[in-house]
Amino acid sequence: MKTESRIAMGLAAMLLAGLFYFPFWTIDMSAPQYPEGIGMYIHIDDVTGHKRHDLQSINTLNHYIGMAEIHREDFWEFDVMPWVIGFLIVFGLIAAAIGSMKLVITWIILMVILGVAGLVDFYLWGHEYGNNLSPDAPIKVPGMTYQPPLIGCKQLLNINACSWPYTGSIFIGLSMLFAGGVIWYENKFINKSDEDS
Amino acid sequence: MKKDKTQKLRSLFVGIGLIAAAGLILAGCPSQQGMMDTREAAQKVYVAPGEHDEYYGFFSGGYSGQLSVWGLPSGRFLKVIPVFSQDPETGYGYSEETKPLLQTSYGFIPWDDSHHPHISQTNGDADGRWIYINANNTPRIARIDLQTFETKEILELPNTGGNHASSFVTSNSEYVIGATRFSIPYEMDLDVPIDSYSEEFRGALSFIELDPETGMMNMGFQIIVPPYNYDLGRAGKGVSEDWVFFTTYNTEEAHTMLEVNASRNDKDYIAAVNWRRAAELVSNGHGETMSAEYYHNYYEGNQGFAINDVKDQVTVLTPEDGQEFIYFLPTPKSPHGVDIDPTGEYIAAGGKLATVIPVHSFSRMIEAIENRDFEGNVENIPILSYDATIAGEVENPGLGPLHTEFDGRGYAYTSVYISSEIVKWSLETFEVVDRIDAYYSIGHLMITGGDTKNPDARYLVGLTKTAKDRYLPTGPKQNHPAQLYDISGDRMELLLDFPTIGEPHYAQAIRADKITQNVKQIYEMEENDHPHALLRIADNRVERDGDVVRIYMGSTRSHFRPDNIEGIRVGDTVYIHLTNLEQEWDVVHGIAVKGAQNSEILVAPGQTKTLKWEPTRTGIYPFYCTAFCSALHQEMQGYIRVSAADSDVSLVWRTGTN
Repeated sequence: MKTESRIAMGLAAMLLAGLFYFPFWTIDMSAPQYPEGIGMYIHIDDVTGHKRHDLQSINTLNHYIGMAEIHREDFWEFDVMPWVIGFLIVFGLIAAAIGSMKLVITWIILMVILGVAGLVDFYLWGHEYGNNLSPDAPIKVPGMTYQPPLIGCKQLLNINACSWPYTGSIFIGLSMLFAGGVIWYENKFINKSDEDS
Repeated sequence: MKKDKTQKLRSLFVGIGLIAAAGLILAGCPSQQGMMDTREAAQKVYVAPGEHDEYYGFFSGGYSGQLSVWGLPSGRFLKVIPVFSQDPETGYGYSEETKPLLQTSYGFIPWDDSHHPHISQTNGDADGRWIYINANNTPRIARIDLQTFETKEILELPNTGGNHASSFVTSNSEYVIGATRFSIPYEMDLDVPIDSYSEEFRGALSFIELDPETGMMNMGFQIIVPPYNYDLGRAGKGVSEDWVFFTTYNTEEAHTMLEVNASRNDKDYIAAVNWRRAAELVSNGHGETMSAEYYHNYYEGNQGFAINDVKDQVTVLTPEDGQEFIYFLPTPKSPHGVDIDPTGEYIAAGGKLATVIPVHSFSRMIEAIENRDFEGNVENIPILSYDATIAGEVENPGLGPLHTEFDGRGYAYTSVYISSEIVKWSLETFEVVDRIDAYYSIGHLMITGGDTKNPDARYLVGLTKTAKDRYLPTGPKQNHPAQLYDISGDRMELLLDFPTIGEPHYAQAIRADKITQNVKQIYEMEENDHPHALLRIADNRVERDGDVVRIYMGSTRSHFRPDNIEGIRVGDTVYIHLTNLEQEWDVVHGIAVKGAQNSEILVAPGQTKTLKWEPTRTGIYPFYCTAFCSALHQEMQGYIRVSAADSDVSLVWRTGTN
């Protein structure tokens, strides 16, 4: 691998560190009585409100329709994800240090697999969260479930819930772009040197 | 019979003739209505639904004892902040937390008369941190926090009868002032004949220090002055920022039928006090410590019960020869208002019985002091010569000029009570340049951003004393009006007329953004330091200690915890400490208990408030949330069982299991 490829790969790995500082997903909720907005951010190690106490308010509101409360402790994912990201950073740095294309390709494949696994996990959680309703719920709307959208917007009673990638995901995107760029650049170089010889 | 009828007819014709004549005369007068095209006026005051006004207006409640908050220019009513009177709507003065605020050296007082709100200042500009307001009857000053719009502190003033010349702050909120309108003996509780007035009675001018960080008040010192009526005050600005000014009337020293006896002198005085010098004298030991009893009521932490800090001493400063910190400026005919222009140079007096508006010059006053241009001396207070200090007299100001505010563009606006109008005059020529009717009998007026170095003079509000026919009639006693005028042009123009609450005296208006940026949406539960707060809902409980039962109750949408309580006995004193555990803006819960001789208590998100209840009969007592908090608000209720005094029903509490 060329030196510039190694640097790019190192950067790709390091970019993932942004996930430790920025949430990678947001769920925005809007309702007539929430002109100030309400919603939550998903980080690799936590779920927080858009505003300081939004999560508490979301839990209060959701108890009327029998949805479970959201607490960080209930998600094993938040304990695992920081290690996974840490592993990917180290892995990526090793790939860059050694300069092995095989490792770079493995790294990208791992990223894709983990990303898809994350989305599937998120979908399964949403399904559980929106469908497993308490039988004691004060408000029961026949046929209504409250699964939040995986991505995009959905009207749930008086609330329009929108689910989108957030700042942290830009780091993932850039990281993938850099790693992809390394493969493209290296391929071009290999092809060129083939022609030369 | 016939004769009778003709007489009646004749008097009828005479009557009609008189009315017609009056009509002609009136029609002949130029209209002073000054109302612009209605559509244009409507546009100027229209604030679309969901949009906000440009200014907060704080209107004193007068005999309601409160402070009302308005949006300007729309005249939208925003809120009543309870200050000196109990307010059953919110539980202010009924909850255990707020009752101590209304405690005085005369006991618990549920009412007062609030007159002059004044916003704290930094560098001569309103900073929107706190607003102070005076109680006239049982002399006090309150501080309202403009982050929460709640009364946080009340200080009683000793040696004072009628704290009217209050609560004006100095340019950097060093002091807030008070004064005695009704001079009284200044030794505590002195029992003397009323006709010993001149010998035994004295006036007291109060200087209350303000903490620059917290806004908290501390009785600094009082200046003992001759037994006149100290009517209104203002702090100087810019060049005169080290000074405060008080008007006096009753220099005749009358103690009966003041209407006549206090109106005899051609001139009374404006007392000019160099507060910086007075404070220096006090700190150099020239003051004297006197015994006095007065209450200082405030909160020690973020929340909890207000405390009563009972003081037993006050420092007084009696002017001595050569101390040179206080002077009298002779001023015509029982002056009412004393108002300082934005530069601090002009001191306008509202000589309410005078035919002119006298305007003193601060620089000429200083010159006169340097030149020893004195006409005399009362109790070691030099009297300056009128001709030496006067800068001009505004002719034809109408009848009964009271108060003046300034636009910072060289004009002053004076309210004129008897002729019911506002006159605009020039600070250069001292001539009236415009006048406009007030509806009816105007008292104070205020300019947006007024009484500061930089008035933001877009609008003027006139606060009038009678409504008569201005609105739909509401019986023999009607609410007091306010009128909004556009003063951005050469002529004053009437835009809006709306009824207020209580009897607004002075009012202040401040650009909204100076306040909105600091307004709190909730009380943070994490900062809840109430000694009986329920910090976690799971800790809800009932505790008995002898006859005292404390219920640690929590509320969240849409239930109380606990909501079933048994084991209360007749003769118990029950304290319901209700914590609203919500952390969402404007989600308020309340509580009311059947038969409780108390008001409801409203609890803001994150707040803990206490309802005291002494059940007198056995039975089942429903309680419920008084605020429509949520979709299942009607379900937000509970029961308390009260048993006989000697019963052995054990104390239990439950929630959630039927």
